[in-house]
Amino acid sequence: MKCQYCDKPATFHITELTEPDGPQVLHLCEQHARNVLQKGEPTPVSSVAGALAKQLQLGQTKEELRKLDQKECPVCGITFFEFRNSGRLGCPLDYDFFEADLKPLLLNIHDSLEHTGKRPTRAAATADSQADLIRLRKEMEAAVDREEYERASELRDQINAIQGEPKRRGNAI
Amino acid sequence: MKEATDLSVLVQKSGEWLRGTGPESDIVISSRIRLARNLAGFPFIRKCSPEDREKIERQVRSRLENLPEWDEIPYVDIATLSEVDRQFLVERQLISREIADSEGSRAVAIDPSEQYSVMINEEDHLRIQVMHSGLDLLSAWEQIDRIDDAIEGEVLYAFHSKFGYLTACPTNVGTGLRVSVMLHLPGLVITQQIEKVFRSMQRINVTVRGLYGEGSQYTGDFYQVSNQVTLGHTEQELLEMVGQEVVPRIIDYERKAREFLIDKGQQDLHDDVSRALGILSTARKISSEETMHYLSKVRMGVNLGLIDDVQLATINKLFIHTQPAHLQKLHGRVLTTSDRNVQRASYLQRHLCGPADRTDELN
Ligand SMILES: [Zn+2]
Ligand SMILES: [Zn+2]
Repeated sequence: MKCQYCDKPATFHITELTEPDGPQVLHLCEQHARNVLQKGEPTPVSSVAGALAKQLQLGQTKEELRKLDQKECPVCGITFFEFRNSGRLGCPLDYDFFEADLKPLLLNIHDSLEHTGKRPTRAAATADSQADLIRLRKEMEAAVDREEYERASELRDQINAIQGEPKRRGNAI
Repeated sequence: MKEATDLSVLVQKSGEWLRGTGPESDIVISSRIRLARNLAGFPFIRKCSPEDREKIERQVRSRLENLPEWDEIPYVDIATLSEVDRQFLVERQLISREIADSEGSRAVAIDPSEQYSVMINEEDHLRIQVMHSGLDLLSAWEQIDRIDDAIEGEVLYAFHSKFGYLTACPTNVGTGLRVSVMLHLPGLVITQQIEKVFRSMQRINVTVRGLYGEGSQYTGDFYQVSNQVTLGHTEQELLEMVGQEVVPRIIDYERKAREFLIDKGQQDLHDDVSRALGILSTARKISSEETMHYLSKVRMGVNLGLIDDVQLATINKLFIHTQPAHLQKLHGRVLTTSDRNVQRASYLQRHLCGPADRTDELN
């Protein structure tokens, strides 16, 4: 049997079970098998892209999709198009900014929209305050660059107020 | 923490998780848990400038240094490592290939017993991982939970009241938890039942893959079972799904397959296993693939009592130490593929010929 990507003999036969449509058997030469196996964890990019493609086909017209692709996060600047291609979001605010667009995807991947697990013990910052943190930090850096140290220290205080002081406690590891 | 620039300390030993003990260790090599975490005040890695990455690295590092028990933890600046050293840490399963191959500021703190490591600036700002020998998810979880709490006391995590811990990829959001159990399944491979078994697993939300790097079902018979979903279930539910529902069933199938193989032809199986040991201990040059293939047979032979003068810990260690970067670290220089094949053969010989208690011998 030949490798499904090239003409070399297929010496590796890998059963991939990460595909949404069920197990997929790959017949590969050594080099191509290595490429596949070296990815390590299940490939989130392809699963995100796959789930998204399916979902977008169902929901959107071409025009709607074009509009959605241009939608851009005001904090990190990632566009939906960029997310869709990379499978990676740009900042914590994206979960709120793209919430409506992400929900069907999250349902598709996790079959759920609600975290029920562990929570940090420190007051969980809201998405807005997380976005503020990123903005304030950028402003502070700019202030330092302009040598406006008074402004920078004001910003520093605001950042610290949102972040809170790191907790101190016995840490048994 | 102390800066570690020389990884040769690691070369001389092997990680706790390779010791071949713990529940079900004839079939389960290791239990690994990782948590993905991000800092609240920064964009995710994809949108980080090089300066952002440096700041994250510095901030996390200085915060980890506040933890009293982290004094002795080696801290490795991955960006300054040589290619071989990075590959070495990947083979050792202490860092991911992704962080090894990426660019910019990135680092890893490694517990000296190699039970846990914390990667900084991987796909997420923080990737905490704990690895134990055998099927041992509960104590691995307790350990990683404590580490996570300790770090969370120092930095503000990006957390969403509804979606949980926020991650760069939506496939990790919620708990950020990935539970992976590495299984050695030669019986199911030989009896050609592996696909059938995995097909039946498909319905219960786990993913199965051949082992990292140079392994596949034909050369190593290793498979990694992980949870697929991370949102909507508690950490305990995810641990139970993998560790109590899925993995025990696979173990059961593997045991039955091994029993069947013994019943069917004890002599054939014994012959096959002995030949594998013979090749490994006499070959003058041997590829990585061949090594994996025969080590897998020998490992099964040891577990079935067909080989009695080789220890499981030795075999587990050989799987890791015969990989390319390990051989090069042992020799202290870059080796070509054909040089490696010669060195690999001689390394195997030294560890497989002679008294059984050679586990701790170095070179
Ligand atoms: Zn090929
Ligand atoms: Zn954003």
